[in-house]
Amino acid sequence: MAIGVKVLPRPDKGVSYVRATLKGMALTFRHLFQPRYTMQYPEQRSTDDWRISTRWRGTHRMLTDEQGRSKCVACGLCPQICPANCIKLVPGEDEHGNRFPLIYEIDEFRCVFCGYCQEVCPEEAIHVGVHYENSEYSRSRFVYDHERLTAQTHPVSTLWDPADPKGE
Amino acid sequence: MTPELKGFIFFSVIRLLVIFTGLLVSVAMLTLVERKFAGWFQNRTGPNRVGPWGLLQPAADGLKNILKEETRPGGANQTLFVLAPALSFTPALCLLAVIPLAAPLPVSVDWNLPLIGRIVYDGLMPMSITELPIGFLFVLALSSMGVYGVAIAGWSSNSKYSLLGGLRASAQMISYEVALGLSLIPVLLMTGNVGFSEIIQRQQDGLWFVAPLFLSFFLFLVSGFAETNRLPFDLPEAESELVAGYHAEYSAMKFSMFYIAEYAHIITVSAMITSLFFGGWDIPFTDWDEQGGLLQTIATHLAFFAKTFFWIFFVIWIRWTLPRFRYDQLMALGWKVMLPVALTYVMLMATALWFIDAIAPDASTLMQALMLTGLNLVFGAIFFAVLDRGRVVRGTSARPVPTTVHPEA
Repeated sequence: MAIGVKVLPRPDKGVSYVRATLKGMALTFRHLFQPRYTMQYPEQRSTDDWRISTRWRGTHRMLTDEQGRSKCVACGLCPQICPANCIKLVPGEDEHGNRFPLIYEIDEFRCVFCGYCQEVCPEEAIHVGVHYENSEYSRSRFVYDHERLTAQTHPVSTLWDPADPKGE
Repeated sequence: MTPELKGFIFFSVIRLLVIFTGLLVSVAMLTLVERKFAGWFQNRTGPNRVGPWGLLQPAADGLKNILKEETRPGGANQTLFVLAPALSFTPALCLLAVIPLAAPLPVSVDWNLPLIGRIVYDGLMPMSITELPIGFLFVLALSSMGVYGVAIAGWSSNSKYSLLGGLRASAQMISYEVALGLSLIPVLLMTGNVGFSEIIQRQQDGLWFVAPLFLSFFLFLVSGFAETNRLPFDLPEAESELVAGYHAEYSAMKFSMFYIAEYAHIITVSAMITSLFFGGWDIPFTDWDEQGGLLQTIATHLAFFAKTFFWIFFVIWIRWTLPRFRYDQLMALGWKVMLPVALTYVMLMATALWFIDAIAPDASTLMQALMLTGLNLVFGAIFFAVLDRGRVVRGTSARPVPTTVHPEA
């Protein structure tokens, strides 16, 4: 029984080695004088050619109303839809019957940044943000509480719109 | 101790310190140069964070490597494991000792120095650490020592990847050493001497050996790449197959020492190519540089540096252009192309030199070199035409595939 050795059909006749080498070297040499594409990151965060997409789904932000109160009404939809189960919500109710989150925490380490919480939110309160610098000195700092989520100021993601797939 | 002996020792020590320090600094800077060029070849900028234009990067790397924790694999042979980096590092640094870096400087001093006393030096001072009469044989001998470091490192690490890397390295280096040595025999035939000064002198009188001994140069270049374990011959450390090859288990400064050895080898190979085939410190089209003097020494040193730097650049250029050979291709190239071609070339050059001597006994060095250049154009054209058709180094698909392994079964 023959052992099945897969042999790729590579060209053998008409191949060149010396000329191909010289061609390759000429190509790399031309690259020496071409413009550099490196972006000097901490100093330079966007160029004319490139900026971070408005559809970027980064760490969350809770929006507030005109009085500076969180828009969240603790309806419970976001923990329900969250595929990573990273949102912890304990609802509360004040004397007028308005619901508000007693505890609202997002574990950003568990989060898969799918953006479902933003899509499902009836009050447009929780959003994923256009933000990517998240270093902290301890792991516990990655559980964002309600206060911290409201305090974020970075722009929020526009998410993907089926009517406008290219984001124009 | 006579003042003359004192003078000799005094200036030898100074040359030793200057050249050795210069070599180590060059090796350090070469790591940066390599990364810079790597970036430029790929439309990147290369390291530019540490110091202006990233110039302090080697210092940062060195500091990091000194401060890093050293790991030792449990089943390793500790003695050899520690010894291997040194075995690879020391010969690599010694190689440059015999290569003259500039025109000899006429020195005439009679000084009274504190502590040392009266020193006298009168005559031409060679611009190498020592002017060994055995010349490039010394370099060949010491570069062969490098294989011990690599093989022992691979063997003592108690790791299959290291062992395979070490095996590959020793097989490769020994195979190509044959072609490396044989490619230098025509140089010896032309000069009648193995000393670097005589070889450079001969090239000044005639042509740079790259023209009359073109195939020698090409064989030396290719074998030199294989000896330094650089791409396209870096099979000993083929990342995709062997992690990092023979130095996979090394860390911190020991790991660094393998790198220093590799870069020192690059410098040496470049300096060898310069000295043997590109006139060494010779400045072309002028006799001014042979008159001797401080200015001439500085100018010839710059010429040597420029030529060597071009070859260092060439090594880097090749690395970022060509992919790695497959192992059987590497061996096929070494034994089926390099060795026969080198042997044939030695015979052809010997015959040609004897023939030229017979028909034109009083031809000048230049005339002889020009005649050999014409001959080499023909040989070079044939060699490259055959090599280009890829009859030796070719893909697996070119070989007949056995349809049945055990036909009788």
